[in-house]
Amino acid sequence: MPRPVSAVLRASGAWLFAIVLLVFVLGPLVWLGAHAFADTWTYPHLLPDSWTLRWWATVFGDPSLGASIQNSLLITPIVVLVSAVVCLPAAYAFARFEFPGRRLFLIGLFATNAFPRMGLFATLASLYYALGLMNTTAGVVVVQLLGTIVFMTWIPAAAFSAVPRSLEEAARDAGASRARVFFTVTLRMALPGILVGAVMAFLAAFDEAQGTYLVGAPDILTMPTEMYSLVLNFPKQVAAVFSILLAIPSVVLLLAVRKHVMGGQLAEGFQLK
Amino acid sequence: MTSPSPATAVADAPAPADAADVPDGLRLSGLSKVLGGRTIIDSLDLAVQRGELVSLLGPSGCGKTTTLRMIAGFLSPDAGSIAMAGRDVTRLGPDKRPSAMVFQNYALWPHLTVAKNVAYPLRLRRLSRAEVADRVDAMLALVNLLHHRDSRPPRISGGEQQRVALARALVQEPDVLLLDEPLSNLDAKLRVKVREDIRDLQQRLGITTVIVTHDQEEALSISDRVAVMNAGRIEQFSTPTELYARPATEFVATFIGALNRFDGSFDGTRVVDGPGVVGIRPEDVAFSQAPRPGGMRAVVERVVPHGHFHELRLRREDVTLNAYVSGQPPRLGSVGFATVEAALLYRDGRLVERAEAGVA
Repeated sequence: MPRPVSAVLRASGAWLFAIVLLVFVLGPLVWLGAHAFADTWTYPHLLPDSWTLRWWATVFGDPSLGASIQNSLLITPIVVLVSAVVCLPAAYAFARFEFPGRRLFLIGLFATNAFPRMGLFATLASLYYALGLMNTTAGVVVVQLLGTIVFMTWIPAAAFSAVPRSLEEAARDAGASRARVFFTVTLRMALPGILVGAVMAFLAAFDEAQGTYLVGAPDILTMPTEMYSLVLNFPKQVAAVFSILLAIPSVVLLLAVRKHVMGGQLAEGFQLK
Repeated sequence: MTSPSPATAVADAPAPADAADVPDGLRLSGLSKVLGGRTIIDSLDLAVQRGELVSLLGPSGCGKTTTLRMIAGFLSPDAGSIAMAGRDVTRLGPDKRPSAMVFQNYALWPHLTVAKNVAYPLRLRRLSRAEVADRVDAMLALVNLLHHRDSRPPRISGGEQQRVALARALVQEPDVLLLDEPLSNLDAKLRVKVREDIRDLQQRLGITTVIVTHDQEEALSISDRVAVMNAGRIEQFSTPTELYARPATEFVATFIGALNRFDGSFDGTRVVDGPGVVGIRPEDVAFSQAPRPGGMRAVVERVVPHGHFHELRLRREDVTLNAYVSGQPPRLGSVGFATVEAALLYRDGRLVERAEAGVA
């Protein structure tokens, strides 16, 4: 009876794969979480020797750490907002209009990601000195903006072009002006895609460290750039606490938009071609 | 802005040039459109009377949809003009025309409920919330969809979506209602019912209506007049009965209904050599066991049952004819007499005459 045996093998294989995946994904997080609350943790103990909230107090008590959190939470939304203002019209144009050089521009958006980042930033720095943008919030915003452009253009462009034209025409026919059609139909239906783009842009900007460090240090430090000094100057437990803090905005954001992006009527809308 | 509010209605009144008679519901004059170097519509004229239902019928690629999109305002003609209720709308965008369109795929907004879909055109007109709600409810009642008021379009059936699309168009109280292949996405049974519903509503409301379709049965059964289109031109524009009985061109004759088509001429009994083309409708061929005046000996070569009638292939001495007979069909291979009762005679593709049997 070969079938039951192979079925059992396949089932146990699937379980094994799931467990390995779980350990692979959750393992580092558990390790991180344990360190954040561990006083000392010595080999060969499976659990930390004792627990403490001391590291959290250290992080929240340090004024430079607090400032970096403030900087991150201020600068990242600004970057996403500016990115939306700059990129969404471009995305709409890419989706709806044929113009000379359209493909070239589309590919060109990848250029910032194609070059080695550090080389790009070094060149950027000389430009920044000339423009007086070094060590300014505006400079940091621009540097972080660079990494968001691809997400904020390509993903919303796909979303815009997925909106059936007849839905826009129906609104025009009903008496709506072009602007009104855009805001009540096109933008509304492309929203899930735009949200995905915005989340990707937020994460890209929030985690951007190289350029931000080069442009912002030492006055404007964000959470990821602060990590550099944490890793070098503090015990690793502090770094663990800070990592968790660094992850919170991303997780909260993903949970918040999950409902809008995944399920419900917005996703169904795309079937109604 | 498709509802003639009292103010615009007054402003419209003196507009028509020939004030003597009532202006047409819709008039297309010399309409032309070239797309991608190809002439899609070639100097097309069409006058639809107020309250009339007209079908644009033709094979795919004949330009019927292009014509409809020009009427709606989504395409601008290269030449010619479009007038609705006596007012020239050629230069107006779709939002400024007093027309409303039902799209082939219905084009309902999936993020809005049924009621909000229907309310959308009214909300644009700054009507009070209460008035919008009243008119939406009245319209949904008219199309029997009140129970789906708060459903979302993807959750209702195709037939219901179609009625929502119709309601959204009718709520605008348009001068001209446009329907693009309105029934093509419905199953066969529903199609007959919905087309009767559309005709019913259209007559009750007296709206000038243009329907684009490639389905001749649909066009013939609900239209006051049918415009048969071919290669960007209107081949014939007449009532369904006239269209079928006296197709003006050979194209119309072959496109509408079935036809026995022969090169040659008709002498009252048989098809003979000659210039031109003879067209004989299968129902104009009679088959009998006994000899008849004008009848010729024929062998039954094929019997195809179609339910309430049978299609026969009859081989006569001159030609082989397809014929429709009702009642008990003859046996395969049996011999009888086939009589041509009427024939359509064409010369250079145009109808010369409809010849009755025995009259040469």
